[in-house]
Amino acid sequence: MVLVFAASLLALVLLGVRLGKLMLADSGYYAKLAEDLHERERPIKAARGRILDRNGEVLADNRTVCTISVIHSQITEPERVIEVLTKELGLDEATVQKKVEKVSSMEWIQKNVEKEVGDRIRSYGLSGVKVDEDYRRYYPYGDMASKVLGFTGGDNQGIIGLEVEYESILEGIPGQILALTDARGIELTGAGESRRDPIAGKDLVISLDYNIQQYAEQAARQVMEEKQADSVSILIMNPKNGEIYAMTNMPEFDLNEPFTLLPEYTGIAEKQDALNQMWRNGCINDTYEPGSTFKIITASAGLEAGVVTLNDTFSCPGYRIVEDRRIRCHKVAGHGAETFLQAAQNSCNPVFIDVGLRLGVDRYFSYFHQFGLSKKTGIDLPGEAATIMHKKENVGQVELATISFGQSFQITPVQLIATVSSLINGGTRVVPHFGLQARDTSGALTQIFSYPEGERILSEQTSETLRYVLEQVVDGGSGKNAYIEGYRIGGKTATSETLPRSANKYISSFIGFAPADDPQVIALCVINNPQGLYYGGLIAAPVVKGIFENILPYLGIEKAIPLAETEK
Amino acid sequence: MQKKAGKADGLLLLTVLFLAGFGLLVLYSMSAYNGRVRFGDDAYYFKKQLFAMLLGFGLMYGIARLDYHTLERFAVPAYLISLVLSGAVLLFGDAYNGSRRWLSIGPLSFQPAEYAKPAVILLLASAVSRMQGKRGWWRSAAVFALVLPIVGLVGTNNLSTAVIILGIAGILLFISNPRYLPFLWMLLAGSGFLGIFLSLEAYRLERVAIWQHPEQYEKGYQTMQGLYAIGSGGLFGRGIGNSIQKLGFVPEAQNDMIFSVICEEMGLFGAWFLMLLFAVLLWRFMAIATHTADLFGALIVAGIMGHIAIQVILNIAVVTNTIPNTGITLPFVSYGGTSMLFLLAEMGLALSVSRYSQL
Repeated sequence: MVLVFAASLLALVLLGVRLGKLMLADSGYYAKLAEDLHERERPIKAARGRILDRNGEVLADNRTVCTISVIHSQITEPERVIEVLTKELGLDEATVQKKVEKVSSMEWIQKNVEKEVGDRIRSYGLSGVKVDEDYRRYYPYGDMASKVLGFTGGDNQGIIGLEVEYESILEGIPGQILALTDARGIELTGAGESRRDPIAGKDLVISLDYNIQQYAEQAARQVMEEKQADSVSILIMNPKNGEIYAMTNMPEFDLNEPFTLLPEYTGIAEKQDALNQMWRNGCINDTYEPGSTFKIITASAGLEAGVVTLNDTFSCPGYRIVEDRRIRCHKVAGHGAETFLQAAQNSCNPVFIDVGLRLGVDRYFSYFHQFGLSKKTGIDLPGEAATIMHKKENVGQVELATISFGQSFQITPVQLIATVSSLINGGTRVVPHFGLQARDTSGALTQIFSYPEGERILSEQTSETLRYVLEQVVDGGSGKNAYIEGYRIGGKTATSETLPRSANKYISSFIGFAPADDPQVIALCVINNPQGLYYGGLIAAPVVKGIFENILPYLGIEKAIPLAETEK
Repeated sequence: MQKKAGKADGLLLLTVLFLAGFGLLVLYSMSAYNGRVRFGDDAYYFKKQLFAMLLGFGLMYGIARLDYHTLERFAVPAYLISLVLSGAVLLFGDAYNGSRRWLSIGPLSFQPAEYAKPAVILLLASAVSRMQGKRGWWRSAAVFALVLPIVGLVGTNNLSTAVIILGIAGILLFISNPRYLPFLWMLLAGSGFLGIFLSLEAYRLERVAIWQHPEQYEKGYQTMQGLYAIGSGGLFGRGIGNSIQKLGFVPEAQNDMIFSVICEEMGLFGAWFLMLLFAVLLWRFMAIATHTADLFGALIVAGIMGHIAIQVILNIAVVTNTIPNTGITLPFVSYGGTSMLFLLAEMGLALSVSRYSQL
């Protein structure tokens, strides 16, 4: 009897000890597990960083919006709640009534309510009505630089453009409200909440200049209307460091309504396809045949390799026969006898064919590669398209001839402007880019984005010669429509026919830079399928001229008295 | 051999009343959530338990007033009734949570297995006291022959209760036998039997695996939830009524796992205090049994002590995951009307015996 009792007592004591171990020594482990089980996280959105232009102009901002919800168990005056919410939110009374009377832990009434309305609802002091503040992305300039900036989705994450590329800088760290719940997930009242504050995202400062972007968009919009073109792309950048001042692809869409199709895109059957088309950034997502602007590359290679000098003379009968093919010059009657400089001014195809053939396939490809054309530019925007080029082993004399004046292969506009920039800036390759700095909410600098040190792709001397050649093109050659009195401007025109050739659709373009002796700004205008006159020299060059007239003084580039040797 | 009845053991009565009151309070706290969720009434379980308890107090008082010797006449019929009821439940019983354990009579439901426990105690106390002087092995064989039918009937759907009944039988034999050695053999044989029994069916072995690593098995959920509750308690607990684990996390918080929620709400000290109460209870039983000259009375109290000790120890051992999970309730605290009723009846028996002991 005593033994049984003693054994029982011993068992109880041992269990008591085990309990002590569980509840003291192991309590941290089990309590933590239990806590994880009971806690339900309610995330608090972090404010997304803003996007600022180079002068601090806010291009993407956050607006406070409110989410209105009701907690059934806390409502004391349901009629008044229904009345107030119906009135303030302009909702149907029956809908509000149904939600207010629904027995649930929490019911959403409306999201994305303007802050003033939310504040007004809060001022009624109704119990059981919750007004939670939230952020929504807001773009003060609507459609400005839409395809560059991009927009964000419902969870404030970037969907296209810089919003995607710099997601990690902009997004911030969401906070949490931890609340205890029962097994069915219903929050326990009075259990206390713990809160972790969100950390706001960083502001992104980009190289875009609001004013230059405005000029570029105005010019693009105007030429698109005049020429009833399908689209117009304009890129303006600093050829020395690759900072992009402006990038527009008309038509631009409203960033505050990114899912509303522009009239240009309503004809497409699938809405998502149409949206994707509308959101495309032609400057970097699409490739085209550069045409005569690519003669800059052929000229650079020819001059650098020493296969041609400015005073070498050529003859143009209006065509050149390469193997069995007769390749025409744009001037059917021919340019006759001309120097290489004159051929550049005339944009004479046979002469550039000669230069290309003198280089030969191996050397031409080696320069193509050296100039950075076979790689992507590395621009800080998502979805950059790669160059579409012949395989070297498939290139014969005919292909080489067409490549020499910019046909039969495709590059992106940004690739062209980046390459030309690198050739005229003294010969170092630049990475075109937008991102300059990240700043925290107090405005303090937290990060400076760096880009690879440009490697030399062309000699200083050839670069200088090239600038001279291109200045001559504007000073009296095919690019004369970009000439501005008092400024030294270099450039090259192009008119390329899109594939299939039978469609008679053209792309007119002009690439120009100033000042010609020390380029500080370079602009590329690409007009897609203009109606009527389609020569780049006639329609694209004046666009760049118009932009330069406005932005050169703005950039503080002074007029220079034309020097004697630049006069023809 | 009858003596004049004296006063009942006051400390035992006090402890029982205290335990019952404590149990009711705790049950209300533990079951309020489940009652609200399932029946829309916080006090649903509390009311039913209170009803059983009041009935039980009446029964306890009546039995305590009786001379327990008169009950010896009813030992065999009471046992036969328990056999009939246990048989009936197999045929007409109501299933709840997958086990057929309840007999319904109108609005009342009744768990025959709970009734079987005092019936067996009474029968064995009577039988063993009459077999004084018989050889030990013969007595053992006779006792096991007596309990085998009820163990078989109850064991088909309520293994835990069958084990408790066997345990009570073992303890009674042990107490009535001056020699310990045979019990060592019995213990060994019992362990061997348990091993074979466990390995016979895969799900029983699985239970052992779950016991060792409850966090890795879906079926370890109940055990883990109990451990969470225990671990959340700390020294002083969250305070009565503040358990979170009872809010649907610990399944059936008012039943087998109630001790874990006590730990969560009252902490280590609360749990130790409850265990101390049970220890006091067992100590009173021992005191009464050892001071009762009459073997029948002593064996009754010993049987009751065995019953309470087995259930308390096994329940706490299960909840703390010291042994594999098996459904054993905590006396006076876990929800269960039949259990409460017959526990109090047993207390009545013990009190009755105490009136004739030389304390």
